[in-house]
Amino acid sequence: MRDVAVVGFAQRQMPEFDGSPTCVEMLVPLLAECYEQTGWTRRDIGFWCSGSSDYLAGRSFSFVSAVDAIGVIPPVNESHVEMDLAWAMYEAWLKIQTGEVDTALVYAFGKSSAGVLRRTLGLQLEPYTMTPLWPDTVSLAGLQARAGIDAGVWDETAMAEVANRSLTDAEKNDWSIRKGGSSVEELLAKPMYADPLRKHDCSPVTDGAAAIVLAADDKARDVRDKPAWISGLSHYIDPMGMGTRDLTRSPSAERAAAAVDLNGVEVAELHAPFSHQELILRRELGLADDVRINPSGGALTSNPMFSGGGIRIGEVATRIWSGEVAKGVGHATSGPALQQNLLCTLVSTPEGASN
Amino acid sequence: MTRTLSAPVTVAFDYTRSTGPVLGRFLTGLRDGVVVGGRTSEGKVVVPPLEFDPVTHEATTDFVEVAPTGTVTSWTWVPEPVKDQPFDRPFAFALVLLDGADVPILHALDVSSPDEVSTGMRVQARWAAERIGAITDLVFEPLSASGPTGVEAIGDNPVSGVIVPVSLDYLYAASPEESAFYRGLNEGRIVGQRCPTCQKVYVPPRSACPSDGTPTAEEVEVSQTGTITTFCIVNVPFLGQKITPPYVSAYVLLDGADIAILHLILGVEAAEVRMGMRVKAVWKPETEWTYSLENIDHFEPTGDPDADYETYRNHL
Amino acid sequence: MAKQPAAVVGVGQTHHRAKRLDVSMAGLCREAIDRALEDAGMTLDEIDAIVVGKAPDLFEGVMMPELFLAEALGAAGKPLLRVHTAGSVGGSTAIVASSLVQAGVHKKVLTVAYEKQSESNAMWALSVPLPFNMPVHAGAGGYFAPHVRSYIRRSEAPTHVGAIVAAKDRNNALKNPYAHLHNEGTTVESVLASQMLWDPIRYDETCPSSDGACALVIVDEDTAKASPNPAWIHGTVMRSEATTAAERDQVNPQASRDAAAALWKQAGITSPIDEIDCAEIYVPFSWFEPMWLESLGFAEENGGGWRLTESGGTAMDGVLPVNCSGGVLSSNPIGASGMLRFGEAALQVRGAAGEHQVDGARKALGHAYGGGSQFFAMWVVGAEKPSN
Repeated sequence: MRDVAVVGFAQRQMPEFDGSPTCVEMLVPLLAECYEQTGWTRRDIGFWCSGSSDYLAGRSFSFVSAVDAIGVIPPVNESHVEMDLAWAMYEAWLKIQTGEVDTALVYAFGKSSAGVLRRTLGLQLEPYTMTPLWPDTVSLAGLQARAGIDAGVWDETAMAEVANRSLTDAEKNDWSIRKGGSSVEELLAKPMYADPLRKHDCSPVTDGAAAIVLAADDKARDVRDKPAWISGLSHYIDPMGMGTRDLTRSPSAERAAAAVDLNGVEVAELHAPFSHQELILRRELGLADDVRINPSGGALTSNPMFSGGGIRIGEVATRIWSGEVAKGVGHATSGPALQQNLLCTLVSTPEGASN
Repeated sequence: MTRTLSAPVTVAFDYTRSTGPVLGRFLTGLRDGVVVGGRTSEGKVVVPPLEFDPVTHEATTDFVEVAPTGTVTSWTWVPEPVKDQPFDRPFAFALVLLDGADVPILHALDVSSPDEVSTGMRVQARWAAERIGAITDLVFEPLSASGPTGVEAIGDNPVSGVIVPVSLDYLYAASPEESAFYRGLNEGRIVGQRCPTCQKVYVPPRSACPSDGTPTAEEVEVSQTGTITTFCIVNVPFLGQKITPPYVSAYVLLDGADIAILHLILGVEAAEVRMGMRVKAVWKPETEWTYSLENIDHFEPTGDPDADYETYRNHL
Repeated sequence: MAKQPAAVVGVGQTHHRAKRLDVSMAGLCREAIDRALEDAGMTLDEIDAIVVGKAPDLFEGVMMPELFLAEALGAAGKPLLRVHTAGSVGGSTAIVASSLVQAGVHKKVLTVAYEKQSESNAMWALSVPLPFNMPVHAGAGGYFAPHVRSYIRRSEAPTHVGAIVAAKDRNNALKNPYAHLHNEGTTVESVLASQMLWDPIRYDETCPSSDGACALVIVDEDTAKASPNPAWIHGTVMRSEATTAAERDQVNPQASRDAAAALWKQAGITSPIDEIDCAEIYVPFSWFEPMWLESLGFAEENGGGWRLTESGGTAMDGVLPVNCSGGVLSSNPIGASGMLRFGEAALQVRGAAGEHQVDGARKALGHAYGGGSQFFAMWVVGAEKPSN
């Protein structure tokens, strides 16, 4: 395996983007930021991969004009996944591992506010016996939260602690769209929304985009003193069925955790769009109590669809670059109730980076 | 003036789904007032049945009738229902373990407040009067003293398909550059923008020049006269068509622009249209103008001599 | 660093039809998957990872359908990826699956691509009306027909060449039991007599709308040794450009030319027409055969393509048999169409193409494109393990 590092990261997050659902005008400055960070031009990029969703945009082929933001004369080695940025990054990492290219830029975008997000996501469900009932994202998360409360795996206080810490940390993140911690007591005093969830237990609807730059070996060292080396990258999926799964667990997250080395992780950015999902992930990852969770404020305070997972990896990378931590893990999720999960461990020294 | 133009749009289609034999068996049961589960290779009764066994991966063939009564294993309150959910007033979604099944089914529970629902409560199916073989043929309600009301089987033919209407409402926004273009059209002008890098004039202007990745900037009003680069004659009727065939759909390279736009050619027999033909915009009456290229009703020949092939060969 | 060798050892496809009303989406995919696994002599449990491809989600009205399909496809507890690169997606998906093996990450990868177009209406799904935009006034073929006219003008092609392609592919399809269209007695004359839809494209020169799926099993060198006839991957390429750009060549796009050049270089091919034994090229409208022959370097630009077609060079017994399976003109489940090209190329070099087998085929091209001729995916497979 080649040593591959995250050497660039840029993001945009906002409650309502007033531009087109193709997000081209948001991608242009985002890519410019990546060029500035790396000192490269578009011609230094060996492979491109993007992530987005036609149903978020409300039209087929919503991703085809995104390549305009690159400027594609000459044409580019490029792919697209109908998945989060984290999986676009996975495809790019593979491409680098084959030896075909040494560098890649991946990006993802989505204008969640264009429709009614929690309803749009009902189209992700089994289309014969689930979607016709239009179970919305919040309801599905509520069923999961209740299952854990009833089983005594977590309680409302634990959920409020997650929310309070996230809202407090979000105050230091310019991109977070919901911020301002208070106290667990104050949060618990707030009214129920979708019982057993309060509004602060659910991520806000967020528009946005993000980009990650990867480079192999010396290409990475040329860009940064401390590249964030990818020491492990693993993802799995579980069955969708809400009845057949133990909703208090996430076997795919557990499996991904077993496939990477989480020893010595100092920071974990977990893509948990609902407060109780962070509790599930912490358990599946077996994170020690001293691991700093979601210093960015996490998805609970800002969760742009299709880039929210990749942003977690970028947030860890920036902390490796700065020397703040030597090892961290970024997590991305997709599908209802933590169905699909990806883990990416990043380290400051590439020794043994490959697994 | 807002930065961008926006307008609502609804994306709707009634999808026709073929169910295959396993889900068909389940939906046939619902139409006939019974709930059918499938037994897995490990002996678990799953409702709705899994199409393929999670262990052997074989198609499910062992079907089991379960009771229309069961127990809530988890629930969530729905305070603000979204369009097309089973109720347009607050209700609960619940996981219901039907008597005789080993795993719960996700469905709607008709209760009027969260105080009326709890994990462990007993519930029963309430069948729709008109059942079509769909998951919406029933909802759940708290178990009554008399138990669920049975219904009679409706048909003989097995259900093999289901129609699922999908209708999504969006607010569509044009990009700032496109918005400038549409605003120009609303004033009877065709406005392009020049790419600061390659100097090409784009109509409509672009958030990123596709060659360079830089937004087009300097505004350039282009001519309303241009050259047909290439075209096709539409002879075929299709869904949503507004003009009776035959007619011509053509790429028109407006004078002053570096990229052609696709538009209609009228005012000439379709068979007379040629590559290189010079055409001009024919606008709708000003009272009908809006923020759209449709303000130009069509293009028609100017009567001038055809453009030389060399002038547009790089635009094919 | 060189890529790890990878080979196709299993190919499966459905019987393609206008409406496969007998199966669900999962059933459709499993029909192709089960055939591919049987061909490979493997079970689902042996598979390390699964890559799913399909075209726009609006076709079936399910957002990211791979999520609900995961368990039925045997992906539960495994890594799963979903690729979407418009019409080229079937090819791109196979390439992503290959890269899992070529990167040394997995040894046995299953990939499946599908479309169940009968669940909606492709014309609607591809052109949902948007505010401000002018409604589509030309219909499905209306996008490509003007570019065909440009090709005819540029290359001074006789107008019956498209009909030659259509008659050839429809007759080839008679030898493919899985093909959607089995139109007996198609001739150049009958194609020319069919209705002119989008002048210069006639009815018989257009592809059908199909339900169908295709699956491939792609494995590493050690696993491939157990197969009697692996199709070794000699080169893969993906290239993209813009849908529309000033002075963009829409007849022979630069992304296509660049992709072909990169592919031949990777595969060590200097004269494609001499070294490729047969090709499965994405031809949804008949005229795209001569257009792509030129773009791919099988023939001279501005006329070599139609001359090769007109001479019979692309027929089953020609110098370069093209679309022996009947091609996209005979079966078009959009998301799967590209993978069918890739899979049919593999069948040829494995000597497993049945009645439409080209004798002694050792190297074959699989080709797909999508969007407004802007996304390209191609591979070369061979009967021998590549030496490079």
